[in-house]
Amino acid sequence: MNINNYFDYNATTPTDARVFEAMEDFYKEKFHNPSSFYREAGVVANEIENARENIAKLINCKPDEIFFTGSGTESDNLAIIGTVRKLKDKGNHIITSKIEHPAVLESCKYLEKNGFEVTYLTVDRDGLINLEDLKKAIKSSTLLISIMFANNEIGVIQPIKEIADIAKNNKILFHTDAVQAVGKLKIDVKDLGVDLLSLSSHKIYGVKGIGVLYKKKGLRIEPLIFGGGHENGLRAGTENVAGIIGTGKAAEIAMEEMETEELRIKPLREKIIKELFEKIPELILNSSATNCLYNTINISIKHIEGEAILALLDAHGMSFSSGSACSSKSLDPSHVLLAIGLEHAEAHGSLRISLGKYSTEEGVNKLIEVLPPVVERLRSMSPFWNKG
Amino acid sequence: MRYSAKVMEHFQNTKNYGKIDNANGIGKVGNTKCGDVMWIYLKIEDEIISDAKFETFGCVAAIATSSMAVDMIKGIKISEALELSNKAVTEALDGLPKEKHHCSVLAEEGIQAAIKDYYSKTTK
Repeated sequence: MNINNYFDYNATTPTDARVFEAMEDFYKEKFHNPSSFYREAGVVANEIENARENIAKLINCKPDEIFFTGSGTESDNLAIIGTVRKLKDKGNHIITSKIEHPAVLESCKYLEKNGFEVTYLTVDRDGLINLEDLKKAIKSSTLLISIMFANNEIGVIQPIKEIADIAKNNKILFHTDAVQAVGKLKIDVKDLGVDLLSLSSHKIYGVKGIGVLYKKKGLRIEPLIFGGGHENGLRAGTENVAGIIGTGKAAEIAMEEMETEELRIKPLREKIIKELFEKIPELILNSSATNCLYNTINISIKHIEGEAILALLDAHGMSFSSGSACSSKSLDPSHVLLAIGLEHAEAHGSLRISLGKYSTEEGVNKLIEVLPPVVERLRSMSPFWNKG
Repeated sequence: MRYSAKVMEHFQNTKNYGKIDNANGIGKVGNTKCGDVMWIYLKIEDEIISDAKFETFGCVAAIATSSMAVDMIKGIKISEALELSNKAVTEALDGLPKEKHHCSVLAEEGIQAAIKDYYSKTTK
């Protein structure tokens, strides 16, 4: 495979070679259980703390506010379910949005079946929640607000600081799923005032199988996994040592390279949007023009369906995602695209282009060359395309 | 990819797509809500399908089943075309993933709708 042709960085990122190198020894010499007594184990335990410190630096918190989990999904589950279980005597209401990741939405649905009440805020055409709606949704029973930092499908960035202020003024806890934002945007949890934040290693050129939860000091939540008291009792289970070391390295690299990467990727994104809209008629830009991740483009290509687009691009060795039903294993297209007001057919015809560290001008040029004829071919088969 | 080689072949080298200008049987099935719409065009002469084409909005499986189904009814009698089952189309494609089963059903329905349309026009 040619990495130039990979356009699915929001799905996952390749492990940075420096991350892989940092991990290697922990599969060989340094295999010891960090909870054990002997000196070798102590070395491993220290390395875990170094990794924790690097991750803390990336979002400006203290190392003891960082907890390792098994995935971004687990971090979201723990933040939401763990918080409201702890506070269940004080209320039963949660506020979230309609465009959250399934890790958040499914946690909320589970809680609804178990006596909690959830408000799902609507979003505008850009995918932004309305802060007045948020204020109006707050009740005396509201325990938690969970709003994602940046959306994985369309890239919209929510006004996190404003949301955190509203939460604080109403003495409600605030969790943000920042899986897509960390490593791309400068994030300072202290300045923002968030109480809980989820991130995922494999979205920042780390590894699959490691999530992180930032939990503000002093805040107490219930664990979901019980056992030997690891991670200060919040997440039992022998540490995925190599994965944690790799995540620490990935955080360190992200700190150093984030700004230059943004400057490099932004023009590539702008070029793709400009050229595709010039070359292909009847496109819809689903990504916000003003509040969007610099690496994400979501478009709907009218009159054709997403999986068919993905398959023809795949035949050219090019990798993308779509919000069509066929790529989601259900009959409904993306809940995010429906929430921003797309028709079903438009949502079925969506294409997500997400750029990253190894995206190049060469790859972008190939995309601009390959996509128009792919669209033309599928439109020539479509009953909705006016060939006249 | 979870599709058979036959499905991908029909998807990538799609045959028989487009309109038939003087079609005398047209079947329009499916809806955009679930993501698949199939229009089948038939030219029927002396109870024989002399030409058949399709236009499809849909996924890989929808396009491949349209292509295969239309291929299978070209040149045969209406009575035989009415017998064409979604199972036969699926088998001819070396199978479909379970969640794509509805695409083959759509192809069968499309052909039946087109033949029904032909009868409703000719018996008037």
